[in-house]
Amino acid sequence: MINLLVRSLWNRRSTAVLTIFSISISVTLLLGVENIRQGVRGSFSSAVSGTDIIVGARGGSLQLLLYSIFRIGNAPNNLSWESYNDFLNDKRVKWTIPISLGDSHRGYRVLGTNQDYFKYFRYGSKKKLEFYEGGSFSKTFDAVIGSEVAIKFKYKLNEEIIISHGTGKKSFLKHDDRPFKVVGILKPTGTPVDQSLHVSLEGITAMHIDWESGAPPMEGESLSTEDIKRLDLKTEAITSFLIGLKSKIHAFSLQREINSFKEEPLSAIMPGVALQELWTILRTAEIGLRVVTWFVLFAGLLGMMTSLLSGLNERRREMAILRSVGAGPGTISFLLIFEATFLSLAGILFGLLLLYITLFVSQPLLEAYFGLFIPIHPPSFKDLIILSIIILTGMLMGLIPALRAYRQSLADGMTIRL
Amino acid sequence: MAEAILDLKNVCFSWKNSSRKLLNLPEFIVEQHEHVFLQGPSGSGKSTLLGLVGGILVAESGTLLVLGKEIKTLSNSARDAFRVDHIGFIFQLFNLLPFLSIEENVMLPLSFSQIRAERAGKTKLDQVNEVHRLLIALELEEQIANKSPVIELSVGQQQRVAAARALIGNPELVIADEPTSALDSDLRHSFLDLLFSECKKSGTTLLFVSHDSSLSGLFKKEFSMNEINIINN
Repeated sequence: MINLLVRSLWNRRSTAVLTIFSISISVTLLLGVENIRQGVRGSFSSAVSGTDIIVGARGGSLQLLLYSIFRIGNAPNNLSWESYNDFLNDKRVKWTIPISLGDSHRGYRVLGTNQDYFKYFRYGSKKKLEFYEGGSFSKTFDAVIGSEVAIKFKYKLNEEIIISHGTGKKSFLKHDDRPFKVVGILKPTGTPVDQSLHVSLEGITAMHIDWESGAPPMEGESLSTEDIKRLDLKTEAITSFLIGLKSKIHAFSLQREINSFKEEPLSAIMPGVALQELWTILRTAEIGLRVVTWFVLFAGLLGMMTSLLSGLNERRREMAILRSVGAGPGTISFLLIFEATFLSLAGILFGLLLLYITLFVSQPLLEAYFGLFIPIHPPSFKDLIILSIIILTGMLMGLIPALRAYRQSLADGMTIRL
Repeated sequence: MAEAILDLKNVCFSWKNSSRKLLNLPEFIVEQHEHVFLQGPSGSGKSTLLGLVGGILVAESGTLLVLGKEIKTLSNSARDAFRVDHIGFIFQLFNLLPFLSIEENVMLPLSFSQIRAERAGKTKLDQVNEVHRLLIALELEEQIANKSPVIELSVGQQQRVAAARALIGNPELVIADEPTSALDSDLRHSFLDLLFSECKKSGTTLLFVSHDSSLSGLFKKEFSMNEINIINN
């Protein structure tokens, strides 16, 4: 019987292959979208692993997360060095990383920080930042660049770079009188670190010396680099800072304290909570995307039903012959349902194959060009549920032609009408 | 005399939603080992009669015994099984599944009927030998040797393969529904000769249905649909 089915299907292989192909494309899309969604979420979360609290000037929590970690948007205000110091010495705090933003280099953000950044910052599964070449900054005009910056502009160690004031891609206000020197290049992380240039807080201060009015000093009035090096460069304000706690139990109490800090209006957020907020916003887009892929799948299954139904007329003769040699209408319906099930199963297997090939090929490319790391893992439980729904739907789709064949073969009997 | 193969009395049939009767047979009997010619133009109720005998249609009234068994009392699936166990069919055209080989086409009934499979041979090998014996008797030796695909056979050859399929496993009755109408007259006679001799050899009863009365001379017994089906009178 199965042999009969396989041979019959083989006889109609071109339509069968097309059906399998259309189902497999849908399966690939459906699971691929799911994978990319998880990858996007994963890479967002991986950019803040290990950080318990992020503190910035009073503002929206999502905004704070976006500008301090993802270099998206700008801070509403700075916070004072004094406030930072207050929490720096708190008993519950294990480490802090100060962050000073506001300048850029050819479209990439410049981040002012201190040595703690390289010591405590974690990404992915609690991984430390590592140097591809060179090391951390030690002098005022030293810079450590992320891997993407290095690759894009082909920067090497000891190269001099000019930092622009502000975060626009085309900035006319340049700190070109005070060039920085590349002393370190970081290994790729798949996080916004790759797209950042890191300098010391002193460097940030030095850049802005005698920019009192927010504009560059008049010609001849600016201090020389040599003069600046001799100055005592004190940081007065930073944009935000990250906190790592000794114990996570204190996260809520410290967050409350920071939020009600008397000296200065501050906001403290827990990255996980803020990320949830981000997902809520992105959910509509995700749902839209998923609805589209479900429709693609539906179209694939509908195509299968169409090809089964249209094949039915050509196969009337086959049915009549089978009836004459003893097959009941039930057997014939079974053959059709089995065929539909087989086609959807084959579609799924081929789709999975296609998905993993695509993932393996695109993973390094996505990581290199978009900093998006899509993890490759075997189908999850949820994927399996989706796949079984597809098989079930395929069977149901086979039921309609089967019912028709049942009725047809009852009416046709064994007389073959041409 | 042994029990009749077909014993129909007062059989009436009409489609469910139609008041028009298609068939009203006071009596129609086919004895064992007979070769019967049933002549009738299209629309005379031939197909209906075959459907009833094959157990695909169910009579409204009357008794319809096939091998002494009342077809009506069987369930749907039992009727399907009964059909393949005891009756072989040959149709007018396109009897074969194009995606199976000649041998596989002939062996189709064996996978649906235990009885016929056992009669054809105890082992798979015996069955294949029986298939070959039949095909050779029907002068298809060359085609098996060449492993010709079914679609490359001539119409006459296809009909002979169909005959082999109807005969495999010695069913009690072979019903041939216009099997020769697509053949020219030379082929028609040689096909009938082969069919007759094979039926005789295995003691199979043959019910041959055709609109072509010129063939009736080859049969000892003949019925005309117009006479037995009183609906037309």
